[in-house]
Amino acid sequence: MENEVKLAAGAMVTLGLATAALVVLPYIQVRDVQAPEGLKPYSSAALRGRAVYIANGCVYCHTQQPRDRGFAPDFERGWGRASVPGDYVYDRPHLLGSMRTGPDLLNIGVRQPSKDWHLGHLYQPRAYVPGSIMPAYPYLFEAKAAAEPGDEALKLPPGYGPPGQVVVARPEALDLVAYLQALNRSYPVLPPAPR
Amino acid sequence: MDSAILSLLGAFLLSIMGLFVFIWSMRKGLLVENPQAASVIFAPGEIGRVDDPALPAPAQAGLQAAAAEPGDAAHAPGPQALAQRIAADRSSAFPVFMFIAFACLWLLLGSVAGLTASLKLHMPDWLTGEAWQTFGRVRTVHLTAVLYGWITNAALGVIVWLLPRLLRTPLAGAMWVMLGGALLNIGIASAIGAIGAGWNDGMEYLEMPWQIGLFVVAGMVCIVGPALYTLARRQVESLYVSVWYHVAALLWITLLFLVAKLPGVHFGVQQATMNWWYGHNVLGLWFTPVSVGAIYYFLPKVIGRPVRSYNLSILGFWTLAFFYGQVGGHHLVGGPVPGWLVTLSIVQSMMMIIPVAAFSINMAGTLRGRMHLARQSPTLRFMMFGGLMYMLSSLQGSFEALRAVNQVTHFTHFTVAHAHLGAYGFVTMVLFGAIYFMLPRVLGWEWPYPRLIALQFWLAATGIGIYFTGLTIGGWLQGTYMLDATRPFMDSVAVTLPWLQWRSAGGALMLASHLVFVGHVLAMALRFGPQRTGAALFSQPAVEFAHGK
Repeated sequence: MENEVKLAAGAMVTLGLATAALVVLPYIQVRDVQAPEGLKPYSSAALRGRAVYIANGCVYCHTQQPRDRGFAPDFERGWGRASVPGDYVYDRPHLLGSMRTGPDLLNIGVRQPSKDWHLGHLYQPRAYVPGSIMPAYPYLFEAKAAAEPGDEALKLPPGYGPPGQVVVARPEALDLVAYLQALNRSYPVLPPAPR
Repeated sequence: MDSAILSLLGAFLLSIMGLFVFIWSMRKGLLVENPQAASVIFAPGEIGRVDDPALPAPAQAGLQAAAAEPGDAAHAPGPQALAQRIAADRSSAFPVFMFIAFACLWLLLGSVAGLTASLKLHMPDWLTGEAWQTFGRVRTVHLTAVLYGWITNAALGVIVWLLPRLLRTPLAGAMWVMLGGALLNIGIASAIGAIGAGWNDGMEYLEMPWQIGLFVVAGMVCIVGPALYTLARRQVESLYVSVWYHVAALLWITLLFLVAKLPGVHFGVQQATMNWWYGHNVLGLWFTPVSVGAIYYFLPKVIGRPVRSYNLSILGFWTLAFFYGQVGGHHLVGGPVPGWLVTLSIVQSMMMIIPVAAFSINMAGTLRGRMHLARQSPTLRFMMFGGLMYMLSSLQGSFEALRAVNQVTHFTHFTVAHAHLGAYGFVTMVLFGAIYFMLPRVLGWEWPYPRLIALQFWLAATGIGIYFTGLTIGGWLQGTYMLDATRPFMDSVAVTLPWLQWRSAGGALMLASHLVFVGHVLAMALRFGPQRTGAALFSQPAVEFAHGK
């Protein structure tokens, strides 16, 4: 039995070490992180929009982690200052992302505050950004003969909407835009206290 | 010194100390070479006898002639060991076939979804009408189907088939293993449905909702139990290195998945570190040990020669176990996570060179002067290709973790190319080879159309070659354009377009190879092809050689 015990014990010890380093220690280190003063919890519309963001896999092309100016020109591109752990205290699940097929979105609400722009861009990205390879999301919208009271009709550039019809945003699209507009980590954060 | 540096030092020292403890505990075998432990995969008298069930009998004889070396004592393998092997194979045949059948199903679905996602990246207005068709969901269906569906099922098939063989005892609790396989595949099917419908947990590699994850955990427990019970009932004196890799991998993946899926525990940046602890360990502590363990069995078995150094293989196992678990933080280089964690992961990523070197040196030594056998043996061809890609992808991964390289490659298609070099060039090719070896023994039927095996190999190898080359170049250009503040971001999108099209071309070849593969498996299961001697294949080579053929 000696080898079996060695095998099981060794496998557990190595996994335990890895878990301690990558899961438990970070947990201890960031569990007491407070939300910065400028950061407000998401509104319920923004939280619903966040669920739409997750359901449609936006995270696979967009990061939410601008990097330090010494590391990459993220700030110069207008993506914001380097983010800190406090910026994410309300994020469950985290949406840091791992790809930049599209730009970083942690401060998209600052860069692009217009609701009309976001709705139209979701309906047909290429109407606003030539050469974009972002998917169009027509299923978040509805084409109607005429807008009804309470409908949010899109103001698309000529030639991009269905002829003779208006395009109306579904609630998911409005929630998603509410979330994108709420993405704003432009408040100042203090650098860590010198030791 | 602050607490972060102290904890970094502590973890590093602890892992080095732990490594030495285990090396010390292995001293019996480690200081003196141990050819007996390396030969445990052979029956007495079997060394020097080639074995590739993927070949029809005449071709086997040709392989045997090519593999003959001076000093071979040709005598019949011990009947007792062969009887044990036949009993072991019979005990696992049903569960193994079940895992392979599921694996084939998910492979097809996963590669169709993968090619669709690839095409959508350069045809963004194609298939946008329905929510389930959107890139974000199709891509995730692809990932779930190939990682959990194809690789995990095929890996379990390999483990369940090899353990009884290597332990020389029938599989205990085959019914439990099949129940586990059923639960696991219910989980996978539900997860794919859920992701298509827009219900997912939002973390890469952990998309499946945790409620569905319960099926996966239950299934894994049903499989791990019988595996451990079989291990406890072993009839063989020493554990072969594949057993170390495979049993440890089973324990690792079960715990990894359980901890990562705990609802309500992880949040914010800690969740991100946990996410990549899991994400990289799925590759490092599940796919890699299963595939390396498979190569350690099939490669020597095909050529009929034990691995060059058993101790080197054990050293490889323990260094992989110690270093690989801690590399996940390199996915967060430059991110808002504690700096010590990223540094620790970069250090351990570089340390991964040790197990890779141990493996590569060992395989090169074993194959020295015998590489030409790959021309005849399909299994060996897949294993050699996989082993070479393991070395390349792991070395590439080590250097990719360095800050200077990561600065360019992070967030680009370069990483996607690297992931496919590992998961496809290495893991999937090894699994193909293993299935070509196992299935004739599982079904008692030869492969009906041996030429299709060669066709599939070349389609897959060419496909991944085009895929990897194209996406690596495109990803690197994308990264350099993104770092250049004078270029607009859209330049980094435009520069990738031709390379994304090359990726789709490579992916189409890979899908074609999978159609050939799954069609061949289906033809075999339905008993197509020339009339063969069926189950007699189990012992036929032994009889032939006993008669001096």
